[in-house]
Amino acid sequence: MPNLKDLKNRIASVKSTRKITKAMQMVAAAKLRRAQDAAESSRPYTERFNAVMAGLSASVGDSESAPRLLAGTGSDQTHLLVVMTAERGLCGGFNGNIAKLAKSHADKLLAEGKTVKIITVGKKGRDALRRGYSELLTDHVDLTDVKHIGYDDAKSIADDLLARFDDGQFDVATIFYSQFENVVSQIPTAQQIIPASYEAKEDEQDAGGTLYDYEPDEQAILADLLPRGVATQIFSALLENAASEQGARMSAMDNATRNAGEMIDKLTIQYNRTRQAVITNELIEIISGAEAL
Amino acid sequence: MADTVQFDLVSPERRLTSGPVNQVLIPGAEGDMVAMPDHAPVITNLRPGILRIEGPDGEDEYVVTGGFAEISANGISVLAEWSLHRGDVTQEHYDKMLQDARDAYEKAQVTFKNEPGLVDDAAKVLADMVAMGDHINLDPAIGKS
Repeated sequence: MPNLKDLKNRIASVKSTRKITKAMQMVAAAKLRRAQDAAESSRPYTERFNAVMAGLSASVGDSESAPRLLAGTGSDQTHLLVVMTAERGLCGGFNGNIAKLAKSHADKLLAEGKTVKIITVGKKGRDALRRGYSELLTDHVDLTDVKHIGYDDAKSIADDLLARFDDGQFDVATIFYSQFENVVSQIPTAQQIIPASYEAKEDEQDAGGTLYDYEPDEQAILADLLPRGVATQIFSALLENAASEQGARMSAMDNATRNAGEMIDKLTIQYNRTRQAVITNELIEIISGAEAL
Repeated sequence: MADTVQFDLVSPERRLTSGPVNQVLIPGAEGDMVAMPDHAPVITNLRPGILRIEGPDGEDEYVVTGGFAEISANGISVLAEWSLHRGDVTQEHYDKMLQDARDAYEKAQVTFKNEPGLVDDAAKVLADMVAMGDHINLDPAIGKS
């Protein structure tokens, strides 16, 4: 029979855990709103950008002089996987799901005999991929000190990627991140960013319909915009990821709070029963002692 | 002058302004251009400079550093890589931008020795930055090496 004092301590400790998870849930909810706002306000830029790029790449993409960022290097031997995860844990399956997707992608490429390199953004992804894939990890981007993701953060990652691309270190780059669907569902996504593929959305009829004049000319604009496109896509992926992380943490902490509540109920019943048993025992001892006299 | 056209200025981080305007002065890569209602559809690159909006409520100025402008029948959108209202730009912002442009120019001189076109591009960005600083009364001398 468990000791009464032990039970009491156990209940106290679960109660304080519940307080912590509850607080974390509320913090995540507040941060989620901010992250969603940030993702929301970057959307007009991204959508416009993609629409213009779709139109541009449709008119230039097939020509032989298309820039390498759009047409590719002509080979797909070396793949670079950019795995973006959170800097912190305690957010359910968020980091695990992204890492799992990246791992299966890497395994598939390795099985086809390709060379795979991995760059991780966020500590948790690096920790997860270190086991089994440590020889593939080429670099790590640390965003621990970044409180609010700005375009500059995305740009520095993009500049790094572009420098590596110009250097011939890889042929194809894919980013892995989590798309924010809603609080309970975040979808791990793989997106190829180099060579870029812009496709016109069905509802964007005007993208192909309007004939634009280009100043200076299509080639020059495309050459200017493609590197920006990489930064833009990384930026929106980072924002989606930030929102997803908070959403995942919120639902994970909500679950944890509920579980702690259930556990407290169970332990309290057990505590009450044990206490009653002790009292009954004492009564029996007193009564049987009195009868023996 | 009652004619207006829908105008949007967005940066990756937020939408800076949106609304009907009479005309917009866009600092295009090939030179300034003024876009008025019923302008022919154009897509142009931006150079660092001042974007001046003349709307029904008066004039307004924004500093942009790069990106592109899309003029279509639906309106004018400027997608700036970085943008801020002119009054909000401090010497600190400007110093950083200028320093970046200078670094890029110096780097270009080393890495693109055989491609003078790219060095010239970097030099032009730097010159545009200096000219912009003059225009908004910020000192381009600070940080000069």
